Amino acid sequence: MTAADTTAAPDAAGGTRPTVAVEHLDVTYRVRGQDRRALRDVSFQIGGGESYGLVGESGSGKSTVALALTRYLPRNGRVSAGTIRINGTDPLAMGNAALRDLRAHTVSMVYQEPGRALNPSIKVGRQVAEVYEIAGLGHAEALERAEGMLRKVQISDPHRVMERYPHELSGGMAQRAVIAMALAAEPSLLILDEPTTALDATVEAEVLDLVAELREEFATSVLFISHNLAVIAKMCDRVGVLYAGELIEEGPAREVFDRPRHPYTVGLLRCIPRRGQRKDHGRLDTIPGFLPTPGDEPKGCVFAPRCPIAEDQCRAAPPPAFPVGDGRTSRCYLNEQADDLPRNTPVNLEIPQVRDAERPVVRLERLSKTFGSRGEAVKALVGVDLSLERGETLGLVGESGSGKTTLARALLGLIPPDQGSVIDLDGGPLAPDARRRTRDELKALQIVFQNPDSALNRRHSVRRLISQPLSRLAGLSGARLRERLADLVRSVRMEDRQLGLRPSQLSGGLKQRVAIARAFAGGPRIVVCDEPTSALDVSVQAAILNLLVDLQAKEQVTYLFISHDLGLVRYLSDRIAVLYLGRIMEIGPAETVFAGPHHPYTEALLSAVPSLDGQRPDRIRLQGEIPSAANPPSGCVFHTRCPRKLSTGECESTEPPLREVAPGHLMSCHIPIDRLTVLQRVGQAP
Amino acid sequence: MSGVDLGSTTPAEAPEVTAAHAAMRRAMPPWRLLLRRPTFLAGAAILLFWVVCAIFGTLIAPHSPTAQQLLATNSPPSAAHWFGTDQLGRDVLSRVIVGSREILLIAVAATILGTLLGTALGLVMGYFGGVFDILIGRVVEAVLALPVAIVAFLFIVALGPSTVTLIVVIGLVFTPLIARTVRSAVLVESQLDYLSSARLLGEKPARIMAIEVLPNVLPVVLVEFTVRIGYAVFTVATLSFLGFGVQPPTPDWGADIAANYGVLPAGYWWETLFPALAIASLVVAVNLVTDSIEQVLSS
Amino acid sequence: MATYILRRLGLAVVTLWLLSVIVFFAGQVLPGDPGRAILGPLAAQSAVHALDQQLGVDRPLLAQYWAWVTGLLHGNMGLSYQFRSPVAPFIGAALVNSVKLGALAFIIVVPLSILGGVVAALNYGRFPDRVISVTGLSATTVPEFVSGIVLIVIFGVELKWFPVSASAGAGASFGSQLDHLILPAIPLVLILFGYIARMARAGTIEALESDYARTATLKGLKRSVVIRRHILRNSLLPTITVIATQTGYLIGGLVVVETLFNYQGIGKLIFTAATAKDFPMLEAGVLTIGVVYMVATLIADVLYTVLNPRLRLGGTG
Repeated sequence: MTAADTTAAPDAAGGTRPTVAVEHLDVTYRVRGQDRRALRDVSFQIGGGESYGLVGESGSGKSTVALALTRYLPRNGRVSAGTIRINGTDPLAMGNAALRDLRAHTVSMVYQEPGRALNPSIKVGRQVAEVYEIAGLGHAEALERAEGMLRKVQISDPHRVMERYPHELSGGMAQRAVIAMALAAEPSLLILDEPTTALDATVEAEVLDLVAELREEFATSVLFISHNLAVIAKMCDRVGVLYAGELIEEGPAREVFDRPRHPYTVGLLRCIPRRGQRKDHGRLDTIPGFLPTPGDEPKGCVFAPRCPIAEDQCRAAPPPAFPVGDGRTSRCYLNEQADDLPRNTPVNLEIPQVRDAERPVVRLERLSKTFGSRGEAVKALVGVDLSLERGETLGLVGESGSGKTTLARALLGLIPPDQGSVIDLDGGPLAPDARRRTRDELKALQIVFQNPDSALNRRHSVRRLISQPLSRLAGLSGARLRERLADLVRSVRMEDRQLGLRPSQLSGGLKQRVAIARAFAGGPRIVVCDEPTSALDVSVQAAILNLLVDLQAKEQVTYLFISHDLGLVRYLSDRIAVLYLGRIMEIGPAETVFAGPHHPYTEALLSAVPSLDGQRPDRIRLQGEIPSAANPPSGCVFHTRCPRKLSTGECESTEPPLREVAPGHLMSCHIPIDRLTVLQRVGQAP
Repeated sequence: MSGVDLGSTTPAEAPEVTAAHAAMRRAMPPWRLLLRRPTFLAGAAILLFWVVCAIFGTLIAPHSPTAQQLLATNSPPSAAHWFGTDQLGRDVLSRVIVGSREILLIAVAATILGTLLGTALGLVMGYFGGVFDILIGRVVEAVLALPVAIVAFLFIVALGPSTVTLIVVIGLVFTPLIARTVRSAVLVESQLDYLSSARLLGEKPARIMAIEVLPNVLPVVLVEFTVRIGYAVFTVATLSFLGFGVQPPTPDWGADIAANYGVLPAGYWWETLFPALAIASLVVAVNLVTDSIEQVLSS
Repeated sequence: MATYILRRLGLAVVTLWLLSVIVFFAGQVLPGDPGRAILGPLAAQSAVHALDQQLGVDRPLLAQYWAWVTGLLHGNMGLSYQFRSPVAPFIGAALVNSVKLGALAFIIVVPLSILGGVVAALNYGRFPDRVISVTGLSATTVPEFVSGIVLIVIFGVELKWFPVSASAGAGASFGSQLDHLILPAIPLVLILFGYIARMARAGTIEALESDYARTATLKGLKRSVVIRRHILRNSLLPTITVIATQTGYLIGGLVVVETLFNYQGIGKLIFTAATAKDFPMLEAGVLTIGVVYMVATLIADVLYTVLNPRLRLGGTG
């Protein structure tokens, strides 16, 4: 087994000099007087016009790669070994003037939060024009070219946007402006670091399409950094997988994701529901152990401690990059066996016995919530009718402004709903304010929040955090409390020794387990899960999801599962409700809603979300932005963007009622269901 | 090959490192970190010196601070009197040493009072918000329209200076200032979900404020406390200088300066300079300590 | 934005009114009989009584308050016990003097502290930063009379560079006035420096670590351009508010400095009024500085709103 020499590996551009050539790169940070290597022996190339994806979880070092390429490492970081070449020149050896030149003309970056990337005190137009001024153009000409560039990124009224300040733009528009700034310099290399993570699904799809189009037009090489495998699969020709600072696998994107050749990649892909996988089909697999702490210097393969097939040679010396096919490498001695990686978690799963549709455990009727008053009223929820059946998981899907968070909080009594709203628990009315609910009512309804850093009091110990609901809700004390505490800790798969720790000493996954233990301490009947895994790494998400399903079966609880991740929602939910601008667009059994026929908004949403399993050829592109809830469109609120809007004008004038189009399947749309079936070509092969 | 520092337009830390950094910092308790800072040690040492003087002053001082020697008035520093004597022939060194007592006593007591009241007020204003907050806020604004020293000054004029009055007035005057800071901190906490969690457990507001919110704003309170001690020393000294603080014959730095600055043009500098330097050293020491605590707690 | 200014003005008026109430009723607590205080201990009781009636001392409190407030709005601040003549001219003259001293202090401190804060931020964590931060902090909390004494001893008495008294005498030239005012201005400068420098420093650090500073640098701009064009306008915005609110500390310092340097400013006026128990003078003086402070804060708030695009134009489009 000889090591591959990366410079001999063929590059996608077939022989010409690659735009980016990174060889044996080491980056070290100095933390508290100790050196910690964030990148270890990383080598890759990006050819001209090629799109290269760098994927990894937290601590993988992917952002550090971008920082090193633009020589923007923080003060305590340095390149400790290896070389970087961009267009043949070495950014690390340049003087300041040459470096500015490199940044101005050769390399551009787009980051995650577009609103913050723009100077809040300078007009947008001026900021884009600045790029042209650096290139030597005069003030007036620069402004003209800036306007042209804004038009190119599909901003419909560029002249008006030029005069705006960044805070006046929506997320999608701001990111387009940032992309305009980046491409104005016509760089050879465009680096994108999580550019769409902060955007809604439909907006994200637009921005990604834009990047793909512009990349072709400008023939720019792209380095796309993300933790989202599906986005990388959609956007990139080749991909490199980073784990704990090492590039453990590399190759054409499609091949790596379909036939991975490294145990980590295999494990990672199994954590994600693929090809419409549902919980009935079995548990998601997980990767054992934890992500290594930054700075650990293992003797052998960096993944060995967590690898189920690790052998002695794996632990003795770090594996080199073996060539495993056309343009592919893998840093694994046993890469041939990677595909047959044994599962870490047993497949079989106990699904809770659902449900008694006649007597819903929670009923919401005409639930509305308006914020503000008079002229500035924002209607976050409008007349929502919903019921939760015992033992089911209802998935709640929607983009920003859909009202899904408001719904959850109103249900829990944290936000008072408008007059006339009805919230029923087991047939009896619930006080709209949590402060007026009885202890039993509080026990019945609990929540797992999205962000455990915010949801757990950072000054309390784990023991205290879990004991609190045990004593307040379950009324336990003394020995019985301690017993139940031990039970709970075991059921969320934590250890006793972690009880004395504070949240800041725990990893994200562990914190969320504490939050789940708190939610289940009182023996609830309904648990609202508000994006419970969105803040966690992919490999940790699967374990938490499995835990949630197990607990549901054991405790016979009903879930209201809120998420923007359609794959997860499809995996977990029995029924799905789709929200748009505070109104339910569609609600029905999960498979039916996904397979179709479905509401045009659901259709657009599904087609917008990138999938690991290949793209649908007929992408529905939604025009415009999500309307503001303070000024919703007349009639059907979706009509301003609906690609299937009726020409009769009905959609603009009348709001369609939520009516049953099939048993258990309700939709709010003027188009008859048969017509939709034909239009959406349901039942035909995609 | 090393990366190049491009001056301060580069960020302090990369995202991956922040987590590790945080882990390392958690390992060392705050007081250990404090002891490693030279500014803290310097400040604490001076502070300790004055505290010792305050407690044991009468034992340390070479002469009685109130003993007048009318034959040896205004004599410059010498072997017998290291800091010279004042207009009444009293030993300046002794007065400086013993003068630390009143000022420290009043400053610390007033600050404790103000912190307790201010924290309670800030918690309630920040947690409940609404009309209550707006109303009290307006009154606080009106009171704060006048500089702290002047307000204190006016009250003392009205009530007459005595140790208790000084403590109560200064403490009350500090209350709205501290309340304002605590309120801001509470508002930040109220954005977080753990308060919603507590509400969902049926916790009552008083318990939530005391058990959930207070531990999280305690660092802010601690910093405010140490900062205010500095200002309390400042205020007591100023009031004494203006004649409304500590009353003669009790030795006090500010009062001594007020009594003796008239003869400054005549060249008798030691009578005012040494008390002035004493005040300056105490204030600087408190600030060094405060600065260090702030630095350690904010990281 | 116009609505914001109007609302802010309205709030200011309310606060001002509250202040007048506090001052007036606090004054009622102070001991002493006005008639007696004006005519002195030897005057006849009947004369005292007559004067009291003339002053309206026996009328109900609310009526007295109303009379006082309407009087104020007409420029009548009552009669001074010390001088037995109207208070208003004294206040006016004293205010002018204090403004001269305060203005000098401001002119020196504002550029100095902003520069100090920005330089400290640009050298974050390094020696210049530590020096400026610690010095600034210490300077802020050393009482004005302490630094004043030190300055007088060193520069006035020993080195004789500057005159020890702040008053140049009637009809003195501008240069001479300046000469006399420098020494008293320095303690004020020291007090204000620390706080303004700290705000400038904090604002600059936040701007330096922001995403938009990163964007600007990665566009290929020179560091000086990034600082000048992108950083400063954002970092100095909060500093502007702070400068105006510093008037509070300034006024507090005036009392001490004017007393120490024997300068007939409003601070000294208040002090002497307090010691002499001249309550009308005291009340008028306190109200005046309250007004000055609120006007300063109002200007600062409005200025901040005008300069900050986020507030000027409102929310997202």
